[in-house]
Amino acid sequence: MTLHKHTLTELKALLDAGKVSARELTDTFLARIEALDGELNSFVTVTAEQARREADAADAARSKGDTGLLNGLPIAHKDIFCTDGVRTSCGSRMLDNFISPYDATVVEKMRAAGAIMLGKTNMDEFAMGSSNETSFYGPVKNPWDLSRVPGGSSGGSAAAVAARLAPAATGTDTGGSIRQPAALTGITGLKPTYGTVSRWGMIAFASSLDQAGPMAQSAADCALMLQTMVGHDSKDSTSLDRTTDNYLADLDKPLAGLTVGLPEEFFPASLDDRIAELTRETARELERQGAKVVSVSLPSVKLSVPAYYVIAPAEASSNLSRFDGVRYGYRCQDPVDLMDLYKRSRSEGFGDEVQRRILVGTYALSHGYYDAYYLRAQKVRRLISDDFARAFEKADVILGPTSPEVAFQLGAKKDDPVTMYMADVFTIAVNLAGLPALSMPGGMIDGLPVGVQLIGNYFREGQILNVAHRYQQATDWHRQAPAFGGEK
Amino acid sequence: MAIDQDTVLKVAHLARLHVSAEQSQALAGRLSDILNMVDQLQQAEVDNIAPLAHPLDVSQPLREDVVQPADLRDRVLPLAPASEGSCFLVPRVIE
Repeated sequence: MTLHKHTLTELKALLDAGKVSARELTDTFLARIEALDGELNSFVTVTAEQARREADAADAARSKGDTGLLNGLPIAHKDIFCTDGVRTSCGSRMLDNFISPYDATVVEKMRAAGAIMLGKTNMDEFAMGSSNETSFYGPVKNPWDLSRVPGGSSGGSAAAVAARLAPAATGTDTGGSIRQPAALTGITGLKPTYGTVSRWGMIAFASSLDQAGPMAQSAADCALMLQTMVGHDSKDSTSLDRTTDNYLADLDKPLAGLTVGLPEEFFPASLDDRIAELTRETARELERQGAKVVSVSLPSVKLSVPAYYVIAPAEASSNLSRFDGVRYGYRCQDPVDLMDLYKRSRSEGFGDEVQRRILVGTYALSHGYYDAYYLRAQKVRRLISDDFARAFEKADVILGPTSPEVAFQLGAKKDDPVTMYMADVFTIAVNLAGLPALSMPGGMIDGLPVGVQLIGNYFREGQILNVAHRYQQATDWHRQAPAFGGEK
Repeated sequence: MAIDQDTVLKVAHLARLHVSAEQSQALAGRLSDILNMVDQLQQAEVDNIAPLAHPLDVSQPLREDVVQPADLRDRVLPLAPASEGSCFLVPRVIE
């Protein structure tokens, strides 16, 4: 078996056993990126030279006894994380020339654990999108079918991992941006509890919803990555100060005694029967392993998309006001005055979807509309959060589909924002409530992967990783790889 | 709720975005689609429901106000589209 096919966990074992060097691994993945990414467009920037330097340093450190958790493992970072001395574009023309002068906390922590950065992955502009088509750098292709989208906004990270151009990557999830692309590309991705991973140096979209997390081939790989990503950070005022959990310790724990809740609202009549059936089959597999399956209800979840499309744009309109053409980023040519400089720099620097969301957010927060939109949406957010609290009285974990459909054709929804927004109908409620959730491969339809979503109670990342790992011990959906790139 | 071209232009000004009269027509349609979807919120029974700003009941943490080195000027100024000495340059604002 060639090196690139291994999971992150397997590669770590090979490194630990001295069977492969960090440099060999890094060269393997850099060669695949070089050979294959022209078609996929999953990377915005490849940091080959820096990666080789870091790999040699990791090998040297290992020979001196360094056993950092990710020592010598190559990974990719979504281009939303600031990386010292490396362009950090956020998928936008606005930041096309932005060389970050510092590292995001996530980047710093993973570097400290010995991870090697292969490069920065493509994404929807400012993480606003569900298909990776809003990127200034062009759409990413889904390696399962190059005419289809990989999902978004972490579409570059998802496609790169699915095509085995990187064993793992970071992503961010504001309304489903880790889980939906993970589902559409057949990988595993986790959004942690809000406040678990520092947002310092992660370019802000909607600050009360944004959360970073791991994307990889398996739940065990995600646990390995998550272990290095979490922890209190005084530079993020929403970062929670609590003892770090051990996500690796309970991965193998048997599922006897576990109660799995199936929310009826996640199986509407409009849902593709095949996706509903694969999701139910996942529940049956957990039952075979000793879990009990019960029905739960989340009646207010039907309002999560409308609530999200008030709250997220409102927060985005405020966060994106910092891009003014003065201190960094894009500036228009020959501004006649300061107002012209602001307006043209922003309208030329931001793409259509980002401008739409800024306008919706500005409108929702403007005088006379605050109560009808923002305040009402925050109240609905409470209803959704209360629904989950009631459901978790009956169940330990909640199971449902991640996405209402498999990967769709490039261009199919590009010009219809509201239809595109429905791609996140099953993922958004989790962000509004701040809960942890993961997506894992749970089957295939017509050669395209289907994702199944596991939602945990607050701080129960370890539990959903355990359930996903047990599922992946009994099934091999997560080991399916696209034919793209093949045996090279 | 549908919004018209004039409202689009007003909001675009507030958001400091340049929108031409031509673009405002298409934008009014798109934004109305989004706002119509969002209007489903009006069905919700939210009397006596407190708004939720943060999913976990945490208060804003305070830390000591300590001076920390932030000697980044030489790295930050070159990122500006235009700078001179230790200043960012913008078009003349005072006649």
